[in-house]
This record gives sequence, structure tokens and C-alpha cells, in this order.
Amino acid sequence: MNIHEYQAKALLKSYGVPVPHGIVVQSPNEARDAAKSLSGDLFVVKAQIHAGGRGAGHFVGEPACSGVRLVKTPDEAKKAAYEMLDRTLVTRQTGPQGRIVRKLYVEAGCAIERELYFSMLIDRSERCIVIVASEAGGMSIEDVAEKMPEKIRKVAIDPSLGLADHQSRELATRLGLHGPQIHQFAEIVRSAYTAFTALDASLIETNPLVVTKDGSLLALDAKMGFDDNGLFRHKAIQELRDPNEEDPREQEAARFGLSYVGLDGTIGCMVNGAGLAMATMDIIHEEGESPANFLDVGGGASKEKVSAAFRILLGDARIEGVLVNIFGGIMRCDIIAEAVISSCREVGLHVPLVVRLAGTRVEEGMALISKSGLDVIVATDLGDAARKIVAAVRARRAA
Amino acid sequence: MSILVDHDTRLLVQGFTGAQGTFHSQESLAYGTKIVGGVTPGRGGQTHLGLPVFDTAEQAQKELKADATVIFVPPPGAADAILEAISNEIRLIVCITEGIPAQDMLRVRTELDRSSSILVGPNCPGVITPDACKIGIMPGPIHRRGHVGIVSRSGTLTYEAVAQTTALGMGQSTSVGIGGDPIKGLDFVDVFEMFLADPETESIIMIGEIGGTSENDAARLLRDSRVKKPVVALVAGLTAPPGRRMGHAGAVISGGDDTAKAKIEVLRGAGVHIAPTPAELGTTLQAVLRG
Repeated sequence: MNIHEYQAKALLKSYGVPVPHGIVVQSPNEARDAAKSLSGDLFVVKAQIHAGGRGAGHFVGEPACSGVRLVKTPDEAKKAAYEMLDRTLVTRQTGPQGRIVRKLYVEAGCAIERELYFSMLIDRSERCIVIVASEAGGMSIEDVAEKMPEKIRKVAIDPSLGLADHQSRELATRLGLHGPQIHQFAEIVRSAYTAFTALDASLIETNPLVVTKDGSLLALDAKMGFDDNGLFRHKAIQELRDPNEEDPREQEAARFGLSYVGLDGTIGCMVNGAGLAMATMDIIHEEGESPANFLDVGGGASKEKVSAAFRILLGDARIEGVLVNIFGGIMRCDIIAEAVISSCREVGLHVPLVVRLAGTRVEEGMALISKSGLDVIVATDLGDAARKIVAAVRARRAA
Repeated sequence: MSILVDHDTRLLVQGFTGAQGTFHSQESLAYGTKIVGGVTPGRGGQTHLGLPVFDTAEQAQKELKADATVIFVPPPGAADAILEAISNEIRLIVCITEGIPAQDMLRVRTELDRSSSILVGPNCPGVITPDACKIGIMPGPIHRRGHVGIVSRSGTLTYEAVAQTTALGMGQSTSVGIGGDPIKGLDFVDVFEMFLADPETESIIMIGEIGGTSENDAARLLRDSRVKKPVVALVAGLTAPPGRRMGHAGAVISGGDDTAKAKIEVLRGAGVHIAPTPAELGTTLQAVLRG
């Protein structure tokens, strides 16, 4: 799960990371008032969306207007807000459809001496939390990794020892920091590490972390991501979820504990197991059509869960056919069959449905489906299922 | 021979009396697995499925001396259950639980590396040596004893490989689901080392997916290994969009060398045969074996 910059900054600030003063606003007048109350002669107005590259992005139809604006007066802040709110911002991370900007963050500007990069994440091959830092801040870290990999510095934190301050001091000197900045940097790393472990974060990133003209360190940008598996123990973090940033189908699926990712095709898929769900997508492509979604109903799914999955699939207007592919392990085929039958009756089946069942209690499941009298195309294996749904969808299109 | 488990494996069940623990213990018992008892804190002294229940793994081990344990404990307590099994020196720990926080698994990894226990999972279907020992949630009847070693990051795709090799009369030596989490126990390289050393395993099917680099590590091992056995691989997620978590916590394309396409190239370079679709795992292996 991701959160907005302003939320990440508030969290990090509460753990001791220095961030600029800022105010969240939702109207041009609020933007002007925010700038007034911040005082000073430089302000930054930043679009709040869950995607990076905002500074280099632009609003649809306004190629000159980016998602991060520098202004000098409260009235200019108001004008910038007017040009940004409720408009669609396109960045390299949003895709061409962009994201609607609903909130802005107005911050006091500062005079920048140097820009650094600092992040913390879980490294799966090192099996520990690592710090990634670079003296080349303010630009995309992917670009730095490609063009000047020698400027990327990684430090692994031993899970049994935790962060040691000397690691941070060593990193600080390698980044060219000196004097009191070394202690400030170590303090920032320690605060970030405390936040990371206390909140089950998966990512903390500040790009840039700047050295100001007066020599102090400040996180000018902040991004935080959280391990979905850890959210159950962090109610306060769950409340930071912004439904506007998520696909409504995915939210509906999440309510029932289903794992769903919306895609661009027309064949709805309901599968148990993430690997099989991906493989089902792949084989539909192989047969020349595209999946409308990734949907893993998971292990041990209840009838309610399966019914919910079915409603989500059939509720998608672009759907031209549905493929149910279940290989029962935890999941029992008879339960799936019952749920499929009752959902078809409840929601009304208006597109071809191919069902392939295998594994635990498959005979009982198949018997239920054939007894139901529903217009279901039965498939014997994965290849057969993919060919049948593609043929059915194409026949329907031709009709 | 087989790897990890055989006829003599004595199995403990942690999270024995819960719904999942009960159902899958029944299935394993019916398959012939030697379950010797279980652990559910607070239910010690009771009998469940005709077997003794203990409050702690420590008490259970005093009496049962199990050499393997399977964990059905829900996510908030699952990492602790693994740590409990490690501290009681159980040789093989199979964790079925899906949804364990990654940072809990970092602690588990540290303890694991200091111990001689082997962890399979979490978020996996388990381990089975057909007709000998079934630990986990895989459907027993699709298996048949044979000579194909199967190792997979995905549960249900493992069953595909099993069902296809059974249908073609090849059968399995042992099938190992290593699980879909980013921080886990055994990885492809570990299981490959075991399969390459196992005389009963004559060929191997590997099922990988997007995210991480463990397929690439496995390719390196296979390329450099002196022992050669035919290997067929499938990498799921060719059509997955980058940056999205595809169900498994570990299945996210985040760099460039963790796409399905990149992994397939690396595996091909190591002499691995790639199944063109998930429906052709068995037939691809059959064709390779017939030369």
C-alpha cells in the first residue's frame, strides 16, 4: 500500500526526520491562505498523487504546467492551485491516462546547496533491510543506476543487530557530508529505520534529501510504501489509504480478501493461486486474446468470496467471456462449483463461461455443474480451457 | 530415495486443531503420512484426530521426537511458530501460512541461518514424496511415484506439473513448493542441489515467476553443475504489467532482469528447456527425454 507525500512527511516528521513546513489544500483559496500562513518569499505547490516524476510531468492539455510549481507570493500559489486542481497529471509512472489531482501540498521553499538521494527498502536477495543513498539526488534513481552506477551506495542492515550508527556516519562521509551534517544524517537514518521497522514499511524514499544553504539537512520529498501483509497490525496506516488512487474493482476485491489487478483485455479470469492466475493470463495471450484481469481467489476461499469474485467479473462492462480455472488443493472444487452456480443465477450470466476444475473433490464439483442445467462450457485441462474461451468469445463477436 | 521426506518421516502439526490444520491433517493421514501429534497453545492434553495435542513444541518434542513439522498458524503468529520449531531443532519445517509480514520473515531468516533446520515456505503448498509422505495442502490423488523432481514458486501451478507428469506416466520423485514470498526458506538453488544429488530424480521441472532473481541464480547453478539432468522450466507472468503485485508478495516486476522474458533467456542460456505454455510442461519434458 502506498500513501501520499504529505502523509509520508507527517509520519516521518513524527519519527524525527526534518521536513519543510507544509499544509494540505483542496482549493485555490486554501492554497493562498496556506502560503500566507507559511510566510517567506518562496513556496512550492505540489500535486498529491501516488506516482513519482511529478516535477517532470505535465497536465493534460497544458504541456508547460508541471506537477510541482515554484511560486513567490500567496496569489501566485492560488493561481498555480487553480491550474492544477481537478486536472489530470501525466508522469512517467502514471501511464498516458494520468491521474486526477485532488489535493495539493503547499510548502515553504528553501535555498538548496546540494541534493542527495536516500532510501530504505527490503532487499530480497540480501534478505535484509538496505539503505540506498547517492550524491546524485533530485533525479530519477533508475537513471542514476544506469548512467553512473558508481554513485549509488548500498548499506545492508543486519536483522539481528539492527542499524549501527557507524554505518550511517560512514555513508555520510561517502556522500561528502562533513561536520555537524554527519550527525544530522545519522539521526535521519536512525529515525527512518525506527519508522521502517515500527510500521512494517516496505519503502521509505526521500529524493531529494537536501543540504540547505545554511548547512542543514531536509527531506524535500518523501515517499512511503507498506507491506500489505503487515497492515493488519497498523490500523492508523490503513486509514491513510486513499480510495481515489485505487481501481474501484480492486477495492471491491480487497474488501473480500481477493487479490485482483485490473488489465486491459476482455476475458475475465477467476483462478486459485497467483502462479496459476498469471499462467492463465499468459495462455490466453498465447491463444490470441487478452485477459481483463488477474484474480486470485486464494486458498481456502469461502462461497461468499467466490460469489464476490464472480460479481466483480460480471460487473465489468468490457467482459466478453469468463474463464474459471481452479486446481483444488486447499480449495475444494465442490465449493467452487456451488458458488459459480449460485452466482450465475444471482447475477445473470450474459457472456460465455468456461469452467475447468481439477484436484480436490473434482468429481463432486463437475457433477454439481452438469446437474445445474446452466449454459457452462466444461474444459478438461488448461490448454483446452484457454482454447474454448477464446473460441466462444470470438463466436459471440461474430454473431 | 527421494528428497526431504520419505516413509519414515514423523510429522508434527502446528496449528493442529484449527479448521485448516484439521482438514489437511485428515487428508495427510489418509494419504499415509505418519503424523505423530500436534501443537495448539491452550489445548495441551487433549486428543485431536486420535493424536495427542501439546501446548508447546518443546513438550511435543520431548515425547514425539518428530523430524518434521507443518505450520497452519494464521499470519500474526506464524513467524513465531517457525521460530519455535527452529528453537526445538526440528529438522524440516514446512510453513503453509500465506500473508506473513516480510519483516517477521527477516527475523526468521536470521535464526534459520544459525540453525541446522530447513524451512520450506512460507506461502507454499508443501512437500510430497508420492506414496510415502504428504506434508501440506496438495491434492494427494494426482501424484504418482516416479522420477521427475518438481520445484515451484506457485502452489496450483505445481499441481499442473504434477497432473501432467502423472497423466504421461512419468510420476514424481518429490515435489517441493518453495512458496511465493520474497523472504523464504529453501530457494530454487537449494532444491536443485538436492535433486541433482538424488539418484531417484532423473529429470526436473521448475516453475518460476516474475519478481526477484532466484531463477537466475538457479540458472547459474545448473550451468556450472558437473551433474547434468534434463530440466524443463516455465516462468509465469509473461503478460504481467510491471510494478503491480500479482497476488504473491514476491511477484512484482521491479527492475529489468526480473521479468519473465529475461528469466527465460537466462534459463535457456543454461541449457534449460522452456515449456511454451503451462499446459505443455509434461509434453515438453517427455519430448526432451525421448531426445
